[in-house]
Amino acid sequence: MRNSSIAPGRAANHPGAALFGTIGRVAIDLVTEVGFASVLLWRSILALRKIGRSMPLVVEQARRIGVESLPLVIMTSVFTGAVTAVQAAYQLKDFVPKIYLGTAIYKSVVIELGPVLTALVVGGRVSASIAAELGTMRVTEQIDAMDAMGIDPVRYLTMPRIVAALVMLPVLTVFADILAIGGGFFVSNASLDLSPKIFIAGMKMHFLARDVLGGLIKAFAFGGIISLMGCAAGLRTRGGAVGVGGAATRAVVTSCVLILVSDYVLAVLLFSIIFGA
Amino acid sequence: MTEKSDRSATAGSGRGTAGGPVIEVRDLWKSFGDQEVLRGINLTVKDGETMVVLGPSGCGKSVLLKHVIGLMKPDRGAIVVEGKELTELDELELKELRMRFGMVFQGAALFDSMTVGENVGLPLKEHRGTIGDELADLVETKLRMVGLAGVSHLRPSELSGGMKKRVALARAIALDPDIVLYDEPTTGLDPIMAEQINQLIRMLQRKINATSIVVTHDLHSANFTGDKIALMHEGKIKLVGTMDDLRHSDNEAVRTFIARGYTPPPGSTVDAGPVGLAEFD
Ligand SMILES: Nc1ncnc2c1ncn2[C@@H]1O[C@H](COP(=O)(O)OP(=O)(O)O)[C@@H](O)[C@H]1O
Ligand SMILES: [Mg+2]
Repeated sequence: MRNSSIAPGRAANHPGAALFGTIGRVAIDLVTEVGFASVLLWRSILALRKIGRSMPLVVEQARRIGVESLPLVIMTSVFTGAVTAVQAAYQLKDFVPKIYLGTAIYKSVVIELGPVLTALVVGGRVSASIAAELGTMRVTEQIDAMDAMGIDPVRYLTMPRIVAALVMLPVLTVFADILAIGGGFFVSNASLDLSPKIFIAGMKMHFLARDVLGGLIKAFAFGGIISLMGCAAGLRTRGGAVGVGGAATRAVVTSCVLILVSDYVLAVLLFSIIFGA
Repeated sequence: MTEKSDRSATAGSGRGTAGGPVIEVRDLWKSFGDQEVLRGINLTVKDGETMVVLGPSGCGKSVLLKHVIGLMKPDRGAIVVEGKELTELDELELKELRMRFGMVFQGAALFDSMTVGENVGLPLKEHRGTIGDELADLVETKLRMVGLAGVSHLRPSELSGGMKKRVALARAIALDPDIVLYDEPTTGLDPIMAEQINQLIRMLQRKINATSIVVTHDLHSANFTGDKIALMHEGKIKLVGTMDDLRHSDNEAVRTFIARGYTPPPGSTVDAGPVGLAEFD
């Protein structure tokens, strides 16, 4: 399917046709991948019955997905918070009182920036690594070997990764939220001439637990997307080392696209329907 | 396990004493896209027998083996193992059946995130719940059977090709299988190592007395390890018989394959047969 041309014959030589051909192919790939991922998700849910026996595997994956992503999350979130502070101060200048800087930073971080940026950076790292690992296992027949010895690869490989990511993404997001607000706080204090007292007062003024909760629900969903798309791309790998490279790329592309799409869907669902009502 | 010893008691051992059919492949067809790989395979393997499937690279031997253990689904036809048709089994029944199979994959397919010991111990741990010293002892016993004592702490990446194949063998026999499938056990090995693997296969056949299918394109290995040879060509089984039957066949495909393919490894004679096991027993 990857090689089949959407726009055959002479039309394919037209640059526009080639572009649309590529877009079409990417779209079809995405749909196929999501279809396969849905089946995988269902089978992983069924495999939850045996999670007791898979607990050591879940813990190991939690370490690899969570703990090992921490340095990346720390770097990203501190600078995100700092940039948010600078940008917000610039945009609000002259027409919004300074006390609202704390509010703006805290709200944008817990609702949007914390969960989404964490998911994007961790997603790049984790989904690519899951896809490459499972893809290599697929092309070297390790997955077949597991199946052949009566061990279900979904229970042994997929389910632990999904559970670990579902748990670890919200945890990483809490870290990211705290560090990003800390970064914003530091910059406001050091270079924007805003006293800590006012910053915190601004944060408290419109603090809503549901903002934090909404952000964490998003992080939970993103965790599922990242691990599931990594596993789906990995298990569908064909054709040696090139195939493994392709699987890693596909995992990153599909998980990033799906994170952004579902971010929109969840924003509507959570903040205008559920919490908005 | 009692089932296994019952079977062994009645089955006899080694060449020519085979019992009833254990594996039956009936008119098996399989295509990938528009490429027809298997085109009506028929094959019967009897209890305790070692069937060699011989054929050129890319003719579909691995695909055939994957059907026998249920990793692939036939487009048409049936695979019957001990009277049960694979496609009719539910997930649990298939799992239970697979636990009685051992399979050695072409590239060994060792789990490279685990040590050698964990590889061999995985089926024992998962299916029998064996742990601790008991597991370590069992793993060591299996490794000793393939001549690899004391390597269980190594990683697969630290092993040579021949050692990997032997670990794969040890893993395949971990649950004392009734049926063992070998996918090109000697391919990619130097002739001396290949010879050792051939002898190991025969030794294991005598020790664990399993029904086996050996898939290979190596005529010498076929002759040495098999009770019967099935020649596969263009997705069909052209002939089933002994090496002599093959040599005297007037089938064009068989004659071409034999004429091209047969180069005895150094230090062995053409009709060596199942001898020279002394150093392994
Ligand atoms: N999963 C698959 N998808 C598509 N084609 C396959 C697949 N597995 C095997 N084939 C094709 O089937 C043919 C036979 O393969 P195989 O059974 O591996 O040959 P061999 O006899 O060397 O073991 C090859 O042409 C291979 O490309
Ligand atoms: Mg093969």
